[in-house]
This record gives sequence, C-alpha cells and structure tokens, in this order.
Amino acid sequence: MVDSDNNAPAAVALSERVYWIGAFDPDLRSFDIILKTANGTSYNAYLVRGSEGVAIIDTVKEGFAGDFFARLETVADYAEIKVIVLNHLEPDHTGALPELMRRAPQAQLFISQKAQTMLKALLKRDKLNFTPVLTGDKVSLGDRSLEFLHTPYLHWPDTQCTYVPEEKTLFSGDVFGCHFCDTRLFNDEAGDFRFSFEYYYAHIMRPFKDYVIRALELIEPLQLDLIAPTHGPILRDRPKRYVRRYREMSQPSLSTDKQAKARTLLIFYISSYGNTRRMAEAIYAGVMSVAGVRVSLYDLEGGEVSPFVDLIEDADGLLFGTPTINGDAVKPVWDLLSSLTVVNLKNKLGGVFGSYGWSGEAVRLVEDRLRGLKLRVPIQGLRVKLIPTEEELEQCHRFGRELAQELLGLREARVIDFAELTSS
Amino acid sequence: MAKANVTFEDINITVSVPAGTRVIEVSEKVGAGITYGCREGDCGTCIMKVTDGWQHLTEPSVLEDKVLRENMAGKHNRLACQAQILGGNISVKPA
Repeated sequence: MVDSDNNAPAAVALSERVYWIGAFDPDLRSFDIILKTANGTSYNAYLVRGSEGVAIIDTVKEGFAGDFFARLETVADYAEIKVIVLNHLEPDHTGALPELMRRAPQAQLFISQKAQTMLKALLKRDKLNFTPVLTGDKVSLGDRSLEFLHTPYLHWPDTQCTYVPEEKTLFSGDVFGCHFCDTRLFNDEAGDFRFSFEYYYAHIMRPFKDYVIRALELIEPLQLDLIAPTHGPILRDRPKRYVRRYREMSQPSLSTDKQAKARTLLIFYISSYGNTRRMAEAIYAGVMSVAGVRVSLYDLEGGEVSPFVDLIEDADGLLFGTPTINGDAVKPVWDLLSSLTVVNLKNKLGGVFGSYGWSGEAVRLVEDRLRGLKLRVPIQGLRVKLIPTEEELEQCHRFGRELAQELLGLREARVIDFAELTSS
Repeated sequence: MAKANVTFEDINITVSVPAGTRVIEVSEKVGAGITYGCREGDCGTCIMKVTDGWQHLTEPSVLEDKVLRENMAGKHNRLACQAQILGGNISVKPA
C-alpha cells in the first residue's frame, strides 16, 4: 500500500486496533526452491494495539525490512512495543527481527515451545530472553489479548497461531496463506487467488496433513471474523470457508465403508526385457492371494509422476521393481522417489525387487532410499539374475504373500539374532 | 559378549543384540516403525516409547534430555539414535 501524497509505505488498518505492516515482493518467481509464483508474494506482518501496549506479530524477509519499519512507524512508536510474537521462524518472517529487537529492546519475545533451539540457531546468540508458549497461554495488552495455539509442523516444527479474541482475528502464520502479491490486500478485493491457495497447500501443508487436522481441531471452534496469514490475501470475507477447505484437503480420500480394514499396496515396476515385469506379476499374484489387501500393479513407463504421487499418498505399502543398469536403479524409479517430499511417507511399508545382469546393486540402493524416506523395509528385497525360473517366480509369489501379511499385521512374533540382520 | 533382547512391539519382532548396541542400529534393519531424521540427537524425529526395561538403556545425556524436553516427550520416551542397550530385555515402539 502506498500513500498517494508522498509515496511512503503506510500501515493498513484491518480494524481500529489491528494493522498490516508487511511488505510486497512482486518480483519473486521461485520460493524455497520448490514453489513457483507467477506474481510474487507478500510478507505479512501485523501490529495489535491494546490499552496497555503494542504487539508485533511476525516480521518480513530481511531485504524488505525498510518497508516494514516504515509502516510500523506510521502507527506506533518503538517504545510502545511490549510484545513480539513469532508464529514461524523461517527467514522470510524473521528477517527484520534482529533490528526490531534492537529498536524495541524492552519487548518480550513469544515463540512456540518447539522454536527454542531454532531461535538460537537463527540469531546466533546464547543469551536470549524469550518466553516459550503452548496452547492456552495468553498475554494481555490491556483491552486486547493474545492467545496462542500450538500448531506444530505447519510447515516447520516451530509453527504456532495467535488468536486475538476481542477482534475475532486469527494470525495464522503460513496456514491459510499463499504466494500471491496483490496490493489490494483483502480477499474480497484481490484478484482470483484460488489456484495459489490450493497450490500453496499442496506444496507446503500437504506433507503434514495429520498436523493440519490437529490444528483444525483448535481453529474450528474459534469465532473468526478475519484470518491474517503471513503470505497472500488477508481473509476477511467468509474466513471459515478457507478453514473448511483445509479440512476437505486434509481428509484421506481412499477409505471406504465396506472395506474399512483393507490395506492398499501399490507395485511400481519398470522392465527392459520383461524379467522384472514377470517378477512384478508374480508378486502381484502373491499379494492377491491374501484377502484384505487392495493391490495395484503399475508400469512406470505408462504413467506420469504426479498422479502416482497422489496414489502413493493414500497407500499403506509401496513396492518398487527395477532392473540394474550400470550399477544403479533406472531413472524413472529415481524420478518418482525424488518427487515424494510433498506427501507423508512415514511408516508406510516398503519393498524392492528386480532382475539384473551381473551385479544387481539397484535393489539395495532403492531399499536404502526407502528407509531414508522413513518407510519401513522389514523384508529383504528380492533379486533375480536375468530370467526368473519357475522356482524364482514362486519365490516372488511368496515375497508378495509375506508383504501382504506384514501389511495386515498377520506375521507371527519372531525372535532373531542381530547377526542375521547385519550379515545380509 | 553380553547379550540383550530388544522387542519392537509394532512389528512383533525380538532381536538378540550385543550389549552396547544402539537402538537405531537394529530398528532400521528389522523394519520397525521408528523413523530417523538427523541421526545425531538433535531433531527429535526418532523419539520412541520404552514400554519395558527402560532401566536397561544408557542414561540420557544432557543434550538428549534437552531435546526430549523441547519436544514435550512423555515419561520413558527416548531418542532411538542415542539410547544404547546395556543388557536384559527391553521393549520399544514408536512414540
């Protein structure tokens, strides 16, 4: 927002007591490496004025500190600042923090419980005064107050939201935000940002759906006239609509009433001479011989990465079949495995198989990658030298059965020696 | 070498290990549901619940205690990347 008389940045009133003091970055095209933005973004920071002091909620990226301080100075003096709240410590929201702390040394810093080590790493100071807060903690500004909601992993461990009940306003951090730069600032006046809102969710919040749902349990009961996120339009027109959309996007979509206990297993393979394919088909048949597993078989050559990522998100188990070419798994397998950071893979069951010509490294390499992605890989991968024999296909069938049983929790209790694990 | 038994409750597997083994060395190989991030006691990703035999693990270091506290870990929660098995029988599961 620019004052038409002197071109100086000015604060924008969201109410008599709440102001936007952020900055616009219309030239940004790529954010955090993983996101594109066609018209830049905004770094939204806010000021709340109570009868007994002022609170600053979040700051801006370092290069935009000038706009932030200029806007702040149009509505408050630094000596009035009693409280600084950091809902999220990522540098695009804390870039102006060191200078703000220098200008308002009396202000008390409030961060989430999980932000403590991160704050020290960010500011590189040992002696720091701050107050870690959790859900239920409050700070009074006289006739306005701040209530904290512990909403971790949205999208860093440190994230929290801050609610001002007297204003029915939620300062939500990155939640409900998007990379969309529009100086008209409010959702009822800005251009159409629906795509940006959903795109932001898909890349930033999607891996943390379980945490989104936990946060919504805290947010949904609130009376909300306005949601003030740290990026993109401020949501004052039907704010609850965005809360509902988050709920919709975070619910699992594959579950059925008729097969509530069924588990889903996906088998992806790629094959140059049909040998890994024959293994895949035998494993597929083995899985199908166990009731209660919904299994699908996909040739990576016949699909694109993005829809497979969607399938993987809702699956309970993933198998990858890859030949070994020049000592490595093949590129389509790595392409899929390098595209999974947008979904939560923790505790999914993983397994690997493949035919090879002479050394067969691919299976072990992909197993290590699956463990790195936080899948559990309890059954050692299956490797077959060149063309699988009938006996080896029977082994594949058993491999499929065992994985299905593992997925259903049907494998019996076992006692093994550590040496068995380390010798393979 | 003295032996110990560690049971991973989520997958129903008990592994007989040499005393001094860290839980991380076993749990990944056996396919238990404990997951790892930094693997050096800093991030708290591998917090596990020790359901039995917690006294058979090495005492948590000052650093581990701090990470557990900041992650609001419950009683008998430990970092699987730090805890070493001293002997006897212990049972663990993802926290």
